[in-house]
Amino acid sequence: MTPAPSEQTDEAADKAAPSYRTTPLRRAWAFVRNTWRGLTSMRTALILLFLLAVAALPGALLPQRSVNERNVNGYLDEHGWWGSLLDSLQMFDVYSSVWFSAIYLLLMVSIIGCLVPRTSDYLRSMRSKPVLTPRNLRRLPHHERVETTDDVDTVMATARKRLRGWRVAEREEAGGARSISAERGYLRETGNLLFHFGMLGVIISFAAGALYSYEGQVVVLADGSEFCNSGIYNYDAFEPGLQVDGTQLNPFCVRVNNFDAEYRGGQPVAYEADIDYQSGEDLQTGTWRQHHLEVNEPLRTAGDRLYLLNHGYAPTFRVTFPDGQSRTQTIQWRPVDQQTYLSEGATKFEEPGITDPAKRRERQLAVTGLFAPTPSMHGNILSSAGPQLNDPQVAVDIMRGDLGFSSGRGQSIFEIDQSMVDAGRLERVARENLEVGQSLTLDDGTQVTFDGVERFVALQVSHDPLQNWVLVSAIVMFTGLGASLFIKRRRLWVRATPVDAPAAGGAAAHDEGAAAADEGAVPGDEAAVGDEAVGDVTAGDGTAGDATPEERRTVVEVGGLARTDQAGYGEEFTRIAADLLGRK
Amino acid sequence: MPVNETLSQYSDWSYTTSVVIYILAMVFFLVEQSFGRRGRQAAERTRNRELVGAASGTRTTASGIDNTGPGTRNTGTENGDTGGAPTRAERFGRMGIALTLLGLLLHASALVLRGLATSRVPWGNMYEYVMITCFVAVTAWLVLLRKHPVRHLSMFVLLPNVILMFIGGTWLYAVAAPLQPALQSYWLIIHVAAAAASSGVFLVPGVASIFYLIKARNESHPEKFAKFAAKLPAKDVLDRVAYRTTVFAFPVFTFGVLCGAVWAEAAWGRFWGWDPKETVAFIAWIVYAAYLHSRATAGWRGNRAAVINVIGFAVTVFNLFFVNLVTTGLHSYAGVG
Repeated sequence: MTPAPSEQTDEAADKAAPSYRTTPLRRAWAFVRNTWRGLTSMRTALILLFLLAVAALPGALLPQRSVNERNVNGYLDEHGWWGSLLDSLQMFDVYSSVWFSAIYLLLMVSIIGCLVPRTSDYLRSMRSKPVLTPRNLRRLPHHERVETTDDVDTVMATARKRLRGWRVAEREEAGGARSISAERGYLRETGNLLFHFGMLGVIISFAAGALYSYEGQVVVLADGSEFCNSGIYNYDAFEPGLQVDGTQLNPFCVRVNNFDAEYRGGQPVAYEADIDYQSGEDLQTGTWRQHHLEVNEPLRTAGDRLYLLNHGYAPTFRVTFPDGQSRTQTIQWRPVDQQTYLSEGATKFEEPGITDPAKRRERQLAVTGLFAPTPSMHGNILSSAGPQLNDPQVAVDIMRGDLGFSSGRGQSIFEIDQSMVDAGRLERVARENLEVGQSLTLDDGTQVTFDGVERFVALQVSHDPLQNWVLVSAIVMFTGLGASLFIKRRRLWVRATPVDAPAAGGAAAHDEGAAAADEGAVPGDEAAVGDEAVGDVTAGDGTAGDATPEERRTVVEVGGLARTDQAGYGEEFTRIAADLLGRK
Repeated sequence: MPVNETLSQYSDWSYTTSVVIYILAMVFFLVEQSFGRRGRQAAERTRNRELVGAASGTRTTASGIDNTGPGTRNTGTENGDTGGAPTRAERFGRMGIALTLLGLLLHASALVLRGLATSRVPWGNMYEYVMITCFVAVTAWLVLLRKHPVRHLSMFVLLPNVILMFIGGTWLYAVAAPLQPALQSYWLIIHVAAAAASSGVFLVPGVASIFYLIKARNESHPEKFAKFAAKLPAKDVLDRVAYRTTVFAFPVFTFGVLCGAVWAEAAWGRFWGWDPKETVAFIAWIVYAAYLHSRATAGWRGNRAAVINVIGFAVTVFNLFFVNLVTTGLHSYAGVG
């Protein structure tokens, strides 16, 4: 239909029924329909794709809370009003921001709106026969023609045999001609739909996973210490999904027996921990099962996964108080340098036997400072030359006074409360470098000994009940992608027309006739199947040649049309045509 | 197993030599591109073919030209219009190809020796990654030359390669060393190989699309790029080269990302965590998906599709350099610093 008449009909309709556009209901419907059409058009989908790409970019350029909260806080401290502006625009939570969600939800609607009609078209096309043979095969991008002495039936039989695997429809035409229309590559559209449905599956299971997943990190000393996944308070950090309240974690327990790191030329080459674990029935019977935990080899149990993420050192300090009592603690210090494992921390002590709270707050002790697994001294400053344990040393400050436990604020296990130092209630009373076994004595006779070092492992427990669905959807998506990019949808037609074998002049006349028929034909027009045109050709031949019945021959024509962009159909067509036309 | 210093030294020498040979090949291609009739002929031929497509009436007269399509890489004589032996510039072009092949051979040996020296796959840090990516790019281009008459443009594919390899060999160079624990997985072989292969192949459509845009600009404003555009093949040849290579690289890239997700699930505790590398890979994937869709959308074919492809390649390069060297994330395996 050309645009001009349709405009006229619209105008006519407007005049004839002025109420058409004025009914609010219809207007509303038209609005909804147009919005839907606009939203599901390919153009909109493209723009949304671009918006999604642009919207994802800040996530790569700015620190993200979901990835590293500490970096975000650092950025906010550094950038003042600019940082707060970005924060209010949700630039540090890009992937859960309103605008990012809006774009991908619109994109999902767009995809669904595109998929629904395509699926019904697809189902219809799976039942339909290949289209009728065009009247004039010469007009197709690929075309070959030959005359043979075989009769029509033989030609058709050969063609049917050669076109095995194609969907074919054979038809009788006027003048004893017969044709086969064949089509192949339906899997392309199958793949296309699979890809998009797979992608929807990935998005939906990814989003649902965010609701029901949880992730927790915990540090466990590698000296037979235990950890149980029984409640979120056992964790150092816990990130629940939106629907996780932390009350129904999958129960299992882990005992870390030892940790070993292997180095080659200062480079780590293996981290491994021997653990025991119990889950399910083992929890009742108290059975422990052994497991060798490595990087890249998580423990999968009770529907959760347990990872070995990192490791570190926990120095052991013994404090012997003036009255002779002693207390020993082994607390993890956190690595500040991931190459050399130079670590920092604070091991905190309370003096035993003091019941007066005021006095207790004057006598608390903290051993803070640096720990170097392979010490190297720069003047008097301790640093570490490597991650292995090699005569480790600590450089410690002994702080005495009020550690601020009763201030009501929670405090980090790695740091002392700096506000107590600022308020003058916590004072440094000694600073010294210690090797294992060495000790220092404070002014009141208290002795602090560096007794040794234990290793710890940083474990992570992850739970995502939907990740297998993501994987399945992704595999479907990938298979569909392959099919939709590499399978070519193509059509092929064979027509065999009986003719009375002509002399040379007759052949020329035939060509003229065919050329004349060309005029009327529309290339690739599926509806323009011409019984008449074929009739014309045969008629022309019949009159031009003075043939005898023994010289009856058959004109075989093959036409081909690729239905996909840049299909590169030519070579395959030439091959098939050569087989069909009996050429070498 | 310790690192074999001798083999690693040989690998470094091979690498440097291959860069030098690529540069030499570039000079040869430059000669062909600048002085050769080839460039013009190739452009002419594809232009004729375009005309054939437009007006089917000239089919018979054009068929002689059409037939020369695949064979023209080796013979200038088939054109009929050159007549006799190949021109001097033509010979330069062929020597360029021979040199490129030699360079590629040394490039391959650099990779193999590095792998043997460290007893692992040779793509464990950024230097090695650049090495394999460039290897794939040059290979992809040579494969492409077998079917498409674009040899005289080789210089423009070698140029970014040589630049990348130079940067790789100087700033990014890392001594042969074993892998850190997180990288010790068979997924390294699959994931990184897929990523490097797709990035390498994506270089080709990126360059082809830039040429497409130059050619298109020249067609709408004949005074722009008049000299250079005359040597470029027809737009539809460039478009076809870009499309074919993208269609090959896109599934490989998708596969690489999916394998990365499976590996991340085993190594880092989640299959997707918006690590900077993951994010930019996601963006590149979207851009290339948009490219494939744009070719099927009215009003987006041609220029816009070419622009999208160039953006895709820009994102790929950004992912390689910016994300590895500037941001800190889980993919910081550059070994630089």
